[in-house]
Amino acid sequence: MANYAHPEVLVDTEWVAQHGNDAKVRLVEVDVDTKAYNEGHIPGAVAWAWNTQLADPVRRDILSQEQFEELLSASGVAPDGTLIIYGDNNNWFAAWALWQAKIYGHADVRLVNGGRKKWLSEGRELTTEVPTPKRTQYRAKPADLSLRAYLPQVQKASAEAGAVLVDVRSPAEFSGEILAPPGLPETCQRGGHIPGARNVPWGKAANDDGTFKAAEELRSLYGGEGVDGSKPVIAYCRIGERSSHTWFVLKYLLGFDKVTNYDGSWTEWGNLVGAPVERGGIAAAARG
Amino acid sequence: MRAEGFSERSLEVSGWPMNITSYKLGQEWHAKADNVSPGAALARTTGASREEAETKAIERAGALLARTQRR
Repeated sequence: MANYAHPEVLVDTEWVAQHGNDAKVRLVEVDVDTKAYNEGHIPGAVAWAWNTQLADPVRRDILSQEQFEELLSASGVAPDGTLIIYGDNNNWFAAWALWQAKIYGHADVRLVNGGRKKWLSEGRELTTEVPTPKRTQYRAKPADLSLRAYLPQVQKASAEAGAVLVDVRSPAEFSGEILAPPGLPETCQRGGHIPGARNVPWGKAANDDGTFKAAEELRSLYGGEGVDGSKPVIAYCRIGERSSHTWFVLKYLLGFDKVTNYDGSWTEWGNLVGAPVERGGIAAAARG
Repeated sequence: MRAEGFSERSLEVSGWPMNITSYKLGQEWHAKADNVSPGAALARTTGASREEAETKAIERAGALLARTQRR
């Protein structure tokens, strides 16, 4: 597929039409808009809600190993099964789910290239029937935290420039003009970005039909901002979902070795007391 | 069931770009308005026609976009 470093992490819509009902395959839809699944989904797909099933319901965190095991067991996923994830908006939150599946060591997890949008626009079969998968006893591997960045790593990267910080939000969020995407609640106290970060909005990695751009285009897009794999990369956004999409692109489509997703993202950094902030291109450290 | 008449277009509402996606599922038209960047759904509506579903989505999403403050 388009000269990607790891083409095995993607399937196209035709593959899903042919193999979606195979015994080892489990289809999962993960949408930004959790109501989308109910209006019609790929036959056989179960839904995971990003805000209640892919995050701890009490503390701010991704799923624990036990929570992840329960979700996959209830969804009928076997540890050696093929987990196929898709969603709306260029697989935005589908990538968030895949990131967690990789953290907990699921070997064969893939995205549907183009996601829900491509499936709908091609006029493929949809159903409102919700499947009831046979429960499994899923056992995950201990979390691989080399895929995740925490605040101290990000602070070090910003101060020492030992890693490239990629802010994947819109230019208006990056500059501090707005505190949240238009129409959404403001969830931080300050606008701007982490000092030293480069701005490559996540959606630039996708074509109009929701599929990923070809490897050559992606290499040019990120390389033009100094993101070429020669240094570790930390991707962040507002709450860590957009950046999981970019993490997927850099890690699997371009094959960079050291890529982490900082899921604390701007809602952590932009709420920290005394944290340095850049607005536009101008340092505004510790400015109230 | 299949999506028919899948359509996507961009417009500006309350000073912000908006995408409207609409299609027919069964006997009902569905519309979704998103905020373009990052594409978060602001309204999801249905109607007896494409126009009815889209108009409702634009109105609801427009009200949310109008609250966004530039600094």
